[in-house]
Amino acid sequence: MDYIPNTDVQLQEMLHAIGADSFEELVSPVPSEFHVRSLDVPAGLAEAEVVELCEGLAARNGSLRKMTSFLGAGAYDHVIPTAVDALASRGEWLTPYTPYQAEASQGTLQTIYEFQTMVCELFQMDVANASLYDGASAVAEAALLALRVTERPRVLVSEALHPHARQTLATYLSGAKTILQEIPTVNGVTDLEALGKAVRDDVACVIMQQPNVFGCLEPMAQAGELAHRFGSLFVASAYPISVGLLRPPGAYGADIAVAEGRCLGSPITYGGPGLGLFAATSALVRRLPGRLAGCTVDRTGRRGYTLTLQTREQHIRREKATSNICTNEGWLALRAAIFLSLLGPQGMKELATLNLEKAHDAHKRLCEIPWIKPAFDQPFFNEFTLQYDPPADVDRVNRRLAKAGIVGGWPLADWYPTVPQASLWCVTELIGRDGIDRLLHALNGSA
Amino acid sequence: MAEPLIFERSVSGRRGYRLPSSGVPAMSQAEAIPDDQLRAEPPRLPEVAEIDAIRHYTRLSQLNFSVDTHFYPLGSCTMKYNPKLNDRIAALPNFASLHPLQPTSQVQGILQLLYELEQLLSAITGMAAFTLQPAAGAQGELTGLKIIAAYHRRKRSIRSTMLIPDSAHGTNPASAAISGFTVEKLRSGPDGLVDLNELKSKLTPDVAALMLTNPNTLGLFERDIKAIAALLHERDALLYMDGANMNALLGIARPGEMGVDILQLNLHKTFSTPHGGGGPGAGPVGVGKKLEAFLPVPRIRKMGKRFAWDERGRSTIGRVHGFYGNVGVLIRAYAYIRTLGCEGLMRASEAAIINANYLKAKLEPTFPVPFDDHCLHEFVVTVKALKAHGVTAMDVAKRLLDYGFYAPTVYFPLIVEEALMIEPTETESKETLDRFAEALLSIAQEATTNPELVRGAPHRMAVSRLDEVRAAREPNLRWVPEQRQSVVSATTHGGPPPPNLADSP
Repeated sequence: MDYIPNTDVQLQEMLHAIGADSFEELVSPVPSEFHVRSLDVPAGLAEAEVVELCEGLAARNGSLRKMTSFLGAGAYDHVIPTAVDALASRGEWLTPYTPYQAEASQGTLQTIYEFQTMVCELFQMDVANASLYDGASAVAEAALLALRVTERPRVLVSEALHPHARQTLATYLSGAKTILQEIPTVNGVTDLEALGKAVRDDVACVIMQQPNVFGCLEPMAQAGELAHRFGSLFVASAYPISVGLLRPPGAYGADIAVAEGRCLGSPITYGGPGLGLFAATSALVRRLPGRLAGCTVDRTGRRGYTLTLQTREQHIRREKATSNICTNEGWLALRAAIFLSLLGPQGMKELATLNLEKAHDAHKRLCEIPWIKPAFDQPFFNEFTLQYDPPADVDRVNRRLAKAGIVGGWPLADWYPTVPQASLWCVTELIGRDGIDRLLHALNGSA
Repeated sequence: MAEPLIFERSVSGRRGYRLPSSGVPAMSQAEAIPDDQLRAEPPRLPEVAEIDAIRHYTRLSQLNFSVDTHFYPLGSCTMKYNPKLNDRIAALPNFASLHPLQPTSQVQGILQLLYELEQLLSAITGMAAFTLQPAAGAQGELTGLKIIAAYHRRKRSIRSTMLIPDSAHGTNPASAAISGFTVEKLRSGPDGLVDLNELKSKLTPDVAALMLTNPNTLGLFERDIKAIAALLHERDALLYMDGANMNALLGIARPGEMGVDILQLNLHKTFSTPHGGGGPGAGPVGVGKKLEAFLPVPRIRKMGKRFAWDERGRSTIGRVHGFYGNVGVLIRAYAYIRTLGCEGLMRASEAAIINANYLKAKLEPTFPVPFDDHCLHEFVVTVKALKAHGVTAMDVAKRLLDYGFYAPTVYFPLIVEEALMIEPTETESKETLDRFAEALLSIAQEATTNPELVRGAPHRMAVSRLDEVRAAREPNLRWVPEQRQSVVSATTHGGPPPPNLADSP
């Protein structure tokens, strides 16, 4: 199947109209030494055959829908209202390009404007862009912005920022004359004393995550004050579901707020596509990376929307652009806008409260097991770190749980070798009380 | 016609979604969270019923042109039909609900799919190895540039210059700059191609690589590519190919055999994944054997019949994505390639090239093609003759919207004055191309007989031409409640609107 409407007869007619004897004549500018006769690609399939093939591959996966999963660690599974899928699957949303011709793209542009507003409201920030690739690259873009604005060389990043975000940041900053310095943690949170010593007038920004990679709540307000003492920017990587209850970045002095926003209405799909959220104070508006939709008027004074401040962007400024972003994550931004409209302020608060209550209930019951204890004594939202007493072993326990259809907490030793028997557990609204019961039952038999 | 903002539909206390009950003992937030960590003010999100959201976002969707509703000949964007089958496959529960950190024993199916996709992309392009991690073409460029930097660093060679032709996409110089390179522009020759003498004169020992789009943005194949690669390789500089225009080459020629060292593909172009009004895309990067060790981690390894992630890599540039890339997009591209198969892919490029040349032949007598040759998948015409009537490329683009066609890419590439860059793709019928050509020829007529009509276009859209200067001078990038008043005065500016009492637009 090739989806080509023109028949062979039509293609011949067209060649004739072009004045070409054959298709080969059209590709004569490609030197003949490069011509290939075939590709090592299997023969094409009919729709039903592709479905069978792909369902076969899918069947080799263990879906979270059939198991009870306590995995979070940067990718969080949340409810997706049916209306989100129903609306987003419309071809008018799925199949346009970036809205260059504003008059024929008002739907996309108005939605981006609404999305930008919702992100600002969620994080209590002044301005937000149309999205970046994911949370990890949004952290990197925040650092690049801070380096540009402050013209300082050093970036301070908490050790409790997700390691994949730190690694992506390191890739983006590699080769530049930039110093990337990690701030250690004590008892599961960023060491403020160490941070205070590290902040100097050569620091472009301080980057922290709330809640951090261990699930613990960071002293963001105090960290922000330390950053601002020497005029450094404070970058907060936030969890969008948590701010229904927790203080948002704008309320603790963040200059830039970034997030992985996929949890707002899009499926987890093995970690991608993600949705990079990026919001900032109004002082930074003309230096932002990525697309921005703005409200303006048409020739008759009617309200309309267009991409704006494009002199920041690559297609106008080329090597002087503030970023190289072109395609971003528009379709996921649409899904987030629909999700946030349906949930509203009350729904977001209830959703956050559900996560908080379920996680704390699970935490309490888990810590009643004699060989399990909390790794840190810190407040948390919906994710927490547990420590096993020997001889219990994280990997062995997880293998046992897998047999009971349970995906256990993430072994943190893969990322933090200094905590060999610690694991990271996430409990969202999707986990029922029976899920916790089954977990406890399985754990009681597996020490 | 205008749809209010969702915030303007908001009624305090209205709900659009009900969450499950908690089922655990209620607790006070204060027990768990210190007071100074709690949110004081709720976010001012809309409060709407489900039906409000459904009508709002359905009506907004109807204000869009899209591939599903309109011909979309946007040059270099390859707006081909996006088969519905691929969306269905990506939504299979055992793909859509996989957690990226599940044990590999639970994700063998998706790993096999991703591994096979890497192999298929290698077979199509002739590159030795691929990473699927970059989330879009521009992030693929960044990944490629980091690999180039790492390659020279490994050789203890300090090189900071990136050569880029003046016809290149804007992302090329932007990606080079944020990767720490200094951009040196290569002037195109009189035939619109890379000028070998210009290349030789700029090829200093400081040159790290050349970023070349092939076919270039004029739709022309860089026929000297072998000589270009040889010149670069003699000086141990690398050849990066922007594969945004790969739809011209499927089963015709393979970049890996032209001396290309690094290539990024745009799966949302050539491999037909929907562009979503601005993403998600995917920008896999392929490299030759000598650069494989620099690819981002983790990489998929096949050991016997099992697949696993390998996080190691002594020379790797590191990660560019939070997990493994835009998997939902990668699944769609896999389904697309398996559906078309070898013959289908070859036929796709063939039909795309015939469509482009056919349309070019129809337009050429009226709209000159500055660098005339058989084009590949796209071509560029200039409408500068219409300037005598005060009509610009932008006016023509806007008038096309009235005729029910999305506009071609305008004012690009920069080396053509008043450019329209047109890419019909293979999934358009001859009848559509005929109608589109008629529309453009008719607009050329209008430009001489009634230029005001063209300059005032569009006339049939939800809005007329927008004031972009005002948008940039007085940026209004978010709604605030107080704005309601000023909006009302703005909408009445052009004469009183009819009373809008009906609920339907």
